[in-house]
Amino acid sequence: MERTDLIPVKLVCKHYKVPVAFINRLKEFQLIELKAYKGTFFIHNKELIKVEKIVRLHYDLDINIEGIDAIYNLLEQVYALRQEIRMLHNRLRLYEDL
Amino acid sequence: MPFLDYYKILGLSKSASEDDIKKAYRKLARKYHPDLNPNNVDAEKRFKEINEANEVLGNPDNRKKYDAYGEHWQHADEFEKSKHQGPYKGHYQSDSKGYSEEDFSAFFRNMFTGSHSRTGGRQVKFRGQDLNAELQLNLKDVYTSHKRTLTLNNKNIRITIPAGVENGQVIKIKGHGGKGINGGPNGDLYIQFSIINHSKFKRDKENLYTTVDLDLYTALLGGEVTMETFTGRVKLNIKPGTQNGTKVKLKGKGFPKYKKEAQFGDLIITYHIKLPTNLSSREKELIEQLQALRS
Repeated sequence: MERTDLIPVKLVCKHYKVPVAFINRLKEFQLIELKAYKGTFFIHNKELIKVEKIVRLHYDLDINIEGIDAIYNLLEQVYALRQEIRMLHNRLRLYEDL
Repeated sequence: MPFLDYYKILGLSKSASEDDIKKAYRKLARKYHPDLNPNNVDAEKRFKEINEANEVLGNPDNRKKYDAYGEHWQHADEFEKSKHQGPYKGHYQSDSKGYSEEDFSAFFRNMFTGSHSRTGGRQVKFRGQDLNAELQLNLKDVYTSHKRTLTLNNKNIRITIPAGVENGQVIKIKGHGGKGINGGPNGDLYIQFSIINHSKFKRDKENLYTTVDLDLYTALLGGEVTMETFTGRVKLNIKPGTQNGTKVKLKGKGFPKYKKEAQFGDLIITYHIKLPTNLSSREKELIEQLQALRS
């Protein structure tokens, strides 16, 4: 049965008008994961949102892959800090109105 | 929608060159781009404006019209035509073709959702947009798991709210976001809980905290007091000689642990001893006698 969750890299490149080398670089930086099947590389459809974001950052905002890699690392930190703020905010409620 | 001064938005003067516009747009876009400011509504709003300004000023034809007609630049062709045809007789509504909120969103959507294409006869499927919503609940509401119906874009969604969700916590409802493109999967719906606490309990994760007032005599001699909890009344045995600020822990009487069935945190009670005020002369006399006995 044909798998519809995996999309050939070439097709993704054609759709977003990006060279295959661009996708390969994203893989090198471990920004996305590619799956190999019968000599063809595929991208899981769950990764497409990430690919779209990276394409926008690179082509619309002129940010290179190294910069995007740094941004993703910082965004992870932002999410972790937000989580911590939420936890601390909830704990602070304990001491309010005392 | 109020008039947007595109030059002001991009921080440029009217004499800015095409290169200046491009540079200003990129600089601001890097600052306010939604991908770089997740869940930041202000940044998103700002970015929409920046984007719109760039669409107009970045296009020489549109810029010329904008410079000449300002907020009515989209009607420039009609104005030009009417100049050649004599007085304009049509009924003109200034905002009839402007950017309504809807146009604005569509404009934005086109920019940010993956467009669909047919390639080699095979349609590429794309996941729909993720949606965010906020749900306000009382602390008591999240003491037990319950079902609730939400209305989103005129669609009713019945969801289960698990007991023990935290204030600010986000849960994902799979497949209830935007519709997928070309039969692709729907996006997800992210619900953030805002939990309002009007109860006498304070919550830290699964533990609850509260204070119980004791009168002097119960604190001195011991006794029983009852208090309300989320599951009903409980009886507290007060030991004789209980000090002000004494803490007692009622195991398993706290809040349910998130997604851990039948597991609860503790209820921590702090005793607050209330001293009698406005003593009568008789009371004062008796207390002085007590004082004499103790010294």
